Amino acid sequence: MNDWITIGKLEDIPPQGARVVQTAAGEIAVFRARSDAVFALANRCPHKGGPLSEGIVFDHHVACPLHNWKISLESGEAMAPDQGCARRYAVRVESGTVQLNLNI
Amino acid sequence: MKEKLVLIGNGMAGMRTIEELLKLGSDLYDITVFGAEPHGNYNRIMLSPVLSGETQFDDIVLNKREWYAEHGITLHAGRKIGKIDRVRRQVVAEDGTTAPYDRLLIATGSRPFILPVPGHELPGVVGFRDIADVQTMLDTAGSHRHAVVIGGGLLGLEAAVGLAKRGMKVRVVHLSDTLMDRQLDAAAGALLRQELEGRGVEFLMGAKTKEIIGRQRVQGVLFEDGREISADLVVMAAGIRPDMELARSAGIHCERGIVVNDTMQTYDPRIYAVGECVQHRGQTYGLVAPLFEQAKVCANHLAKFGIGRYQGSVTSTKLKVSGVDVFSAGDFLGGPESEQIVYRDPGAGIYKKVVLKDNRIQGAVLYGNTLDGAWYFQLMRDGADVSAFRDQLLFGQAHLGDAGHGGNSPVAMMADSAEVCGCNGITKGAIVEAIRAKGLFTLDEVRAHTKASASCGGCTGLVEQILASVVGSDASQGERTRPMCPCTEHSHDEVREAIRARHLTSMEQTMHELDWHTPDGCPSCRPALNFYLLSTWPTETKDDSASRFVNERLHANIQKDRSYTVVPRIWGGVTTPAELRAIADAAEKYNVPMVKITGGQRIDLVGVQKEQLPAMWADLNAAGMVSGHAYGKALRTVKTCIGSQFCRFGTQDSVQMGIDLEKFSWGSWTPHKFKMAVSGCPRNCAEATIKDFGVVAVDSGWELHVGGNGGVKVRVTDLLCRVNTSAEVLEYCGAFMQLYREQAHYLERTAPWIERVGLDYVKKQMVDDDANRTALYQRFVESQRIAQNDPWAERTGEARRAEFMPLTVTNVGRVSAA
Ligand code: SRM
Ligand SMILES: Cc1cc2nc3c(=O)[nH]c(=O)nc-3n(C[C@H](O)[C@H](O)[C@H](O)COP(=O)(O)OP(=O)(O)OC[C@H]3O[C@@H](n4cnc5c(N)ncnc54)[C@H](O)[C@@H]3O)c2cc1C
Ligand code: SF4
Ligand code: FES
Repeated sequence: MNDWITIGKLEDIPPQGARVVQTAAGEIAVFRARSDAVFALANRCPHKGGPLSEGIVFDHHVACPLHNWKISLESGEAMAPDQGCARRYAVRVESGTVQLNLNI
Repeated sequence: MKEKLVLIGNGMAGMRTIEELLKLGSDLYDITVFGAEPHGNYNRIMLSPVLSGETQFDDIVLNKREWYAEHGITLHAGRKIGKIDRVRRQVVAEDGTTAPYDRLLIATGSRPFILPVPGHELPGVVGFRDIADVQTMLDTAGSHRHAVVIGGGLLGLEAAVGLAKRGMKVRVVHLSDTLMDRQLDAAAGALLRQELEGRGVEFLMGAKTKEIIGRQRVQGVLFEDGREISADLVVMAAGIRPDMELARSAGIHCERGIVVNDTMQTYDPRIYAVGECVQHRGQTYGLVAPLFEQAKVCANHLAKFGIGRYQGSVTSTKLKVSGVDVFSAGDFLGGPESEQIVYRDPGAGIYKKVVLKDNRIQGAVLYGNTLDGAWYFQLMRDGADVSAFRDQLLFGQAHLGDAGHGGNSPVAMMADSAEVCGCNGITKGAIVEAIRAKGLFTLDEVRAHTKASASCGGCTGLVEQILASVVGSDASQGERTRPMCPCTEHSHDEVREAIRARHLTSMEQTMHELDWHTPDGCPSCRPALNFYLLSTWPTETKDDSASRFVNERLHANIQKDRSYTVVPRIWGGVTTPAELRAIADAAEKYNVPMVKITGGQRIDLVGVQKEQLPAMWADLNAAGMVSGHAYGKALRTVKTCIGSQFCRFGTQDSVQMGIDLEKFSWGSWTPHKFKMAVSGCPRNCAEATIKDFGVVAVDSGWELHVGGNGGVKVRVTDLLCRVNTSAEVLEYCGAFMQLYREQAHYLERTAPWIERVGLDYVKKQMVDDDANRTALYQRFVESQRIAQNDPWAERTGEARRAEFMPLTVTNVGRVSAA
């Protein structure tokens, strides 16, 4: 069974940055940390819906561009003391291509 | 195996060091803590409110026993260390418990000084140092009536008021004629005395204690002059002595305290000491703010980062007696070299004195109205030049022309429901509650827990005042020494200096050389570092777009609905029908929802989608227009008025001057945004006197004004100088921008920067010193050579456009049926 969809190459995503992709599950932001680890979150900040894809990526976090909430790329959770969670999606890099899986 | 770290003294400084060490993520040590008191660590400062009944012991505990367990720390509460065995490297408690150490931290605090007069050992004589002392006082207050407090200093008065509130008849005995004479001058001391007398406390001034009398327990106090008063309780608050006996007996060098160096190490480098037991550069301290600074440095060294240095502290004090406002800092008496500015309103019970030397604050005493204490203290620590507002100084910061809440609303008078942080909607009550409930001490902690002042920072001053009013003394650090963010120990100035001196040209290198605690910084340090690197080494540094806020990365302002704005440059506020047509065409072609005239004399196309930006820029480029940097920490607008070309009053061509200035300076990155204006005559229709650099034409030439600000906190410019020619205006403008670029902190606009360094300093650098001005100007011109590229033109090519588009799904695997 293959639920993985290919969305591009790792180089398409700027390091310490993100790109968005429109999917059946809505707009998803795919992040690339400095370590080249990739993460995928629904592109809506749990605070007021800011586009997380445009935030500054640091370590495994992103700072929302609207009001600076800090969201964990690993869990989608806002960093304390803020509370809220952006849905996360499975993402992997397979021989240089970035693949998303909306079903796990 | 991990090394063993042992802490002796489970108090405020020692435990703060451990917390800082944990915060640094250090996993180097197995930690063991010995405390003579049978509790977890508590906030000693708050013993006064416990005594007076305003709070309870449970509320002042900082770390419960469970906390130690959760962090894998072994706590021996109630075990006093009797010996340090430096040969075997172990400590031995009085009950025989031993613990080996690789590194040892001594934080034994101090002891109350008990006058060695006959009778001082009688039951009923106590110091005021720990919760056991408070308990003794409370027990006595329940069954007895007469209390005598020896010592009319900070602690003595807090004890006196607390005991009076508990129903005792209190007499304070004080050797000098002025209460709190180490913090107050005679005038303020007298006001304080009056106030406390009104609350039923009696004073015996100039009285020297000879003997404490009593058989089973205290019965009275006898003075040298023969006077005698009855007493059931005697509180000794005649000073404190660093507790260094343990260290001394282990052969560690001590003078008035345990002597330490700038990394908080004693003469035995395995042994550190922090807190009141310490003597650093000849100074001992008795307030928490400096001890916390020591803790930070010590933790840094223990974590083997080894970059922090403690350089001594300037302190301020505040009396924690509700309804009595006293503030004191620095050299409050003044000497023949200094000047004193005094304000007295005996009717209202207000007294203020500020001591100045060379127009810089040396010290201050405030009584009755201490709202501006934090402000004076800040000016003092920063060594700020106050000549520009000297005549207003005593009326307070609020009088300096302030349209918004720039940090000066009267904090004590504010209702709990009053909003302090407009950005995050945080009330005063919520901040006070968080400080109390969570035991917060610093601005960063308040920001993390409440979000107050975490956004625009406009309310920082106010939050600091609230912090000071709750915690008692100003626990925060000065701008010059405060770390730029929690990722580092270094202040803005230190980082800038390191980048320059060590020739650092990349972010990675800087973080590595300066031992950043985090792998790649945070959203507050990265943009700052990027700017410092670019402005210091413009030809060698590569701009790091991942460290820029979205607006600067995408060259457009993000809006709440994720759309963007496009603002072309309109040089000097002058446009043409052709440009207007091109703007109108673009607005129609891309269905722009709003076309707005901005407050900066240009046009804003609002509500553009990200994907549309490159195409729209290309269209505007084609009509000869470039990016207006309305989004950047960069040159924004140069507003102009009509000037001599047409206006009947105009003395010079302000329009041309404005256009020339904008063409000369656009594209330059600055610490914060930078705005200019040129007016054709002193009627000043372009509002040049609230701009970062304002030019006002006069008959004979141009007046140059600097450091103005509209916005959150309005500040009118200072007059820098007068020049004759347009060429000079450009030269001074370039030099001023370069000085600002090289020296201000990131996100510090010219107004606060000038208040910090002083107008005289700026004049010395670029008006009096012709050679330096020329050099500054040339450095500016050099960096402009690289900076003046239209960011729009750079991003309209096909390759770069892709970045603005979403990724597309190129291969869809078989999606399992739902
Ligand atoms: C568009 C404009 C309002 C308007 O329609 O008139 C505007 C819009 C914004 N201003 Fe402003 N300011 C605008 C003129 C001003 C002025 C007036 C002026 O420049 O003559 C001021 C007061 C003058 C001053 O700065 O000293 C002003 C003081 C501020 C401040 C407070 C700055 C301060 O030092 O206190 C902020 C907040 C900040 O920069 O941190 C701010 C921030 C903003 C931001 C960037 C907020 C943000 O981060 O999103 C707004 C962006 C909206 C957008 O997307 O365009 N804006 N803003 C004006 C653009 C002028 C231009 O042509 O570039
Ligand atoms: C009533 C009161 C009010 C105050 N108000 C203010 C204020 O408003 N603002 C301000 O800034 N400061 C205030 N202070 C001062 C502040 O509390 C101290 O500066 C601070 O607590 C000193 O910290 P420290 O760690 O050096 O000492 P401490 O906090 O005293 O900690 C030392 C600890 O070491 C323990 N110890 C000593 N010897 C041994 C040993 N041999 N073995 C094991 N443990 C040992 C002690 O029992 C104690 O618990 C106040 C102090 C008091 C008493
Ligand atoms: S004043 Fe400026 S920042 Fe505030 S809403 Fe208006 S444009 Fe936005
Ligand atoms: S929408 Fe993300 S922080 Fe407000």
